[in-house]
Amino acid sequence: MPEVDLLGAINLALHRAMADDPSVIVMGEDIGVDGGVFRATNGLIKEFGPERVIDTPLAEASIAGVAVGAAVEGFRPLAEIQFMGFIYPAIDQLVSHAGRMRNRTRGRLTCPMVLRAPFGGGVHAPEHHSESTEAMFAHIPGVRVVIPSSPARAYGLLLAAIRDPDPVVFLEPKRLYHTHKEEVADDGKALPLDTPFVLREGTDITLVTWGAMTRETLQAADELAKAGIEAEVIDIATLNPLDESLIAASVEKTGRCVIVHEAARNAGFGAEVAARLADKSLLSLLAPVSRVTGYDTVMPLPRLEARYMPSAARVVAAARQTLEYQ
Amino acid sequence: MNLKADTNKPVEALPAAPSPRRRVAEFAIDHRRYLAPDGTAMGELPDFAADKEVMYGLYRHMVLARLFDEKAIALQRTGRLGTYASLLGEEAVGVGVASIMDEGDIFLPTFREHAAQLVRGVTMTELFVYWGGDERGSDFSGPKRDFPVCIPVAGHLPHATGAALALKLRKEKGVAVAITGDGGTSKGEFYEAINMAGVWKLPAVFVIANNAWAISVPRSAQTLAETLAQKAIAAGIHGEQVDGNDVVAVRQVMAEALDRARKGEGPSLIEALTYRLGDHTTADDARRYRDDAEVSRHWKEEPVARLRAYMTHQGWWSKEDEQALLEKLTGEVAAATDAYLATPPEAPEAMFTHLYAKLPKPLQDELEEVKRAGEAGDA
Repeated sequence: MPEVDLLGAINLALHRAMADDPSVIVMGEDIGVDGGVFRATNGLIKEFGPERVIDTPLAEASIAGVAVGAAVEGFRPLAEIQFMGFIYPAIDQLVSHAGRMRNRTRGRLTCPMVLRAPFGGGVHAPEHHSESTEAMFAHIPGVRVVIPSSPARAYGLLLAAIRDPDPVVFLEPKRLYHTHKEEVADDGKALPLDTPFVLREGTDITLVTWGAMTRETLQAADELAKAGIEAEVIDIATLNPLDESLIAASVEKTGRCVIVHEAARNAGFGAEVAARLADKSLLSLLAPVSRVTGYDTVMPLPRLEARYMPSAARVVAAARQTLEYQ
Repeated sequence: MNLKADTNKPVEALPAAPSPRRRVAEFAIDHRRYLAPDGTAMGELPDFAADKEVMYGLYRHMVLARLFDEKAIALQRTGRLGTYASLLGEEAVGVGVASIMDEGDIFLPTFREHAAQLVRGVTMTELFVYWGGDERGSDFSGPKRDFPVCIPVAGHLPHATGAALALKLRKEKGVAVAITGDGGTSKGEFYEAINMAGVWKLPAVFVIANNAWAISVPRSAQTLAETLAQKAIAAGIHGEQVDGNDVVAVRQVMAEALDRARKGEGPSLIEALTYRLGDHTTADDARRYRDDAEVSRHWKEEPVARLRAYMTHQGWWSKEDEQALLEKLTGEVAAATDAYLATPPEAPEAMFTHLYAKLPKPLQDELEEVKRAGEAGDA
């Protein structure tokens, strides 16, 4: 079994999907000979040729739009947006077309496409290369938003996204691209979508997060364990549609919840999780649901980004406050 | 278009006693018209113009489109249809374009291309159902691969490029054909789509139905460019202008574009000059921004009378023929209207049925809520 990091797992899944299904095509900027700026598509053009691995002109709206057209016509396009900071011209295509095509034709035409983009901060990248705006995408009906947080989950969830008959925005936490290697069986097995993962079991407090923040959240859980506090850590993985039942069940057990995300707080996805808990688990809660997030400011340039992004220490502090609440 | 530039060639060393400047590219845009506004032929016509059956078919569809349009407006004015975009005056563009397309081609319309959709085999009832506010109107029983109308202007043009990419990858003979308006050419997606289709030499035809107005904004306020067809030059593809009220010219220019596309010679951009004789939609009042005199002038160039005059000159058409056709088509429109008005709305669960291939578990609660609200009578 190969040991791969998260980026390597993405690459494995792309190779596997293209080998398994001739209708899978990959398109985007610099994804051909260059293998993508992060090398996620490395080697694909060599193995599958330029007809299926297509370098596009520099035009994000149409990278998404062409993917919509090809998907409606029966292909499974995997379009890459180089960084989430450049994805906004493509939002119109997701909202106005990809998410609506099946519904507005009453199932006659469908849109089985995946739009991949690396996102998040912490890699000392230039301006516009560090944002986490996943909440914008989670608000689009008909479009799944999937975020992996480990090599194995990246492999399994990307395969699931590609095989799903509906559009998926697949956001890759680039800060985790190279942080951690693990054995990933290249067995073509997909993981389920619309299903959160329990990363660590615990009975004292529930920590809910996704993407790169799983790292700080797990570190915080380790820190809390030293003080005898057992935190349950849940990785939401699919933001839309959100299945809150696992989170609600955990909170029924622990009575306390902290939500952690890198994105700004106002109308961040944590608000949705908190609202669901207010709906489903209010009487189980022993303390207010708390959020540890980025601030409602513009994501700073690299010299200040560590001060913006939630740290394990901030998560520990929020957890302690929640635990102390009477 | 005459493209003389070899774009990536370095400028060669200049000869002795050189001029500091030399021309590296020259371009021209042609305009095509076969029938004058009074229906007389201008020079030699394409072969099909001598074929009475073909010409009758074009005329029949143009008249049908106009009668459909009249009925749609009447239904809207009497509260039985939603906001509707009239095609009055633009019948020759849609009919000319669609009449020469094959079944294996893919059509991507805007919201004003009812004429082309009817030729493609979308039924009048389906169009009424859609404009009456019901998604089932886009579940076409006829052209299964045609896209539904695109309301966000020019947003469908990249889809045409994507569909053309699919046709090329599968080595099908089909061509993706999209129509947009003059306003659409100001959008980034217009240029992105024709540019990508060009660089990949895709089988696509992009048609601009230039009807002179984008709601209240005249063509002159969209761009300083003399023609919209010349926007093809920037993308390196074939561009040409045609009299969009001359169905013979539209069909001929379209036939040539389809032929180039099928031969692997890449996409074309066709600017069809026409005129929106009606309001932008039933929610618009064009008298707020344009003179009646301008509209009256354009009535003299309208496409249906022009083709009728040609058919009459040919000795193919009489007042009796006209009367008989109008009666027959009015009956067809009435039957489609009845079928539409007799269509009950879908159950509210339909909002959920086709959102995803399989309803995700988190949405099942909402579906149950909608059902319960319906049962409780507070829907």
